[in-house]
Amino acid sequence: MTNRIVTGARYGLRDWLAQRITAVIMAVYSMIVVFVLLTGKPITYGVWRDLFTQGWMRVATLLFMASLAWHAWVGVRDILMDYIKPTGLRLALEVLVLLTIAAYLGWTIQILWR
Amino acid sequence: MSEAAVKTPARRPRPKYLNLQALIFEIRLPLPGWISILHRISGALLFLAPVWLLWMLERSLASEAAFDKIRHYAGLWPVKLSLLVLVWAYCHHFCAGIRYLFLDLDKGVDLATARLTSWLVLGASLAFSVFLGWKIW
Repeated sequence: MTNRIVTGARYGLRDWLAQRITAVIMAVYSMIVVFVLLTGKPITYGVWRDLFTQGWMRVATLLFMASLAWHAWVGVRDILMDYIKPTGLRLALEVLVLLTIAAYLGWTIQILWR
Repeated sequence: MSEAAVKTPARRPRPKYLNLQALIFEIRLPLPGWISILHRISGALLFLAPVWLLWMLERSLASEAAFDKIRHYAGLWPVKLSLLVLVWAYCHHFCAGIRYLFLDLDKGVDLATARLTSWLVLGASLAFSVFLGWKIW
């Protein structure tokens, strides 16, 4: 029987693969946003607000934050699994991380669609 | 082969040599190791950064007056310095991440190439940080 340690995680390929796919999504978004900001007009309030009211930018930013949520969850969980040995403390921190990430997502939606 | 002969090596306690003093002064991490630990540190930093960055985004989109306040706030030197650290963390995580994607595909895994790409990651992320820092201010 496999003696599995409680990590709050699944074992396997899915998260590993997800971390890489979300990394590519975030990389593409970053390059597009840097390009748009560097080649566009000087950033005044109007330019800034108009950018974030465009549909594609809202959806892309939400996609970026969703990718960040999954990517960061896998990454931070790896860090916690490596350094935090007491199981109870690790689980508590993992729940805290998940709540933080959920709050990021909710806040992002609130900022983008108000 | 007896069962005991198979099991003995796994049971032997592995040496642990990970106190802080050893980590800082004695273990000489090879360059790709530095890229790895910096990837981890920058990742941890970037996990915490949205608390601050989302607040700034929210304020900057709230109204013209709030936007001007945030622009002034971002010009203060401690804020600038912190933002620059985050810009570097992002650039490093980005460049090192691309290197890891190639390593996952078995590209650049031999020692010479791995060292060369480590230097490239360090150089490119610093260059991008300087460029973006210069562009932002």
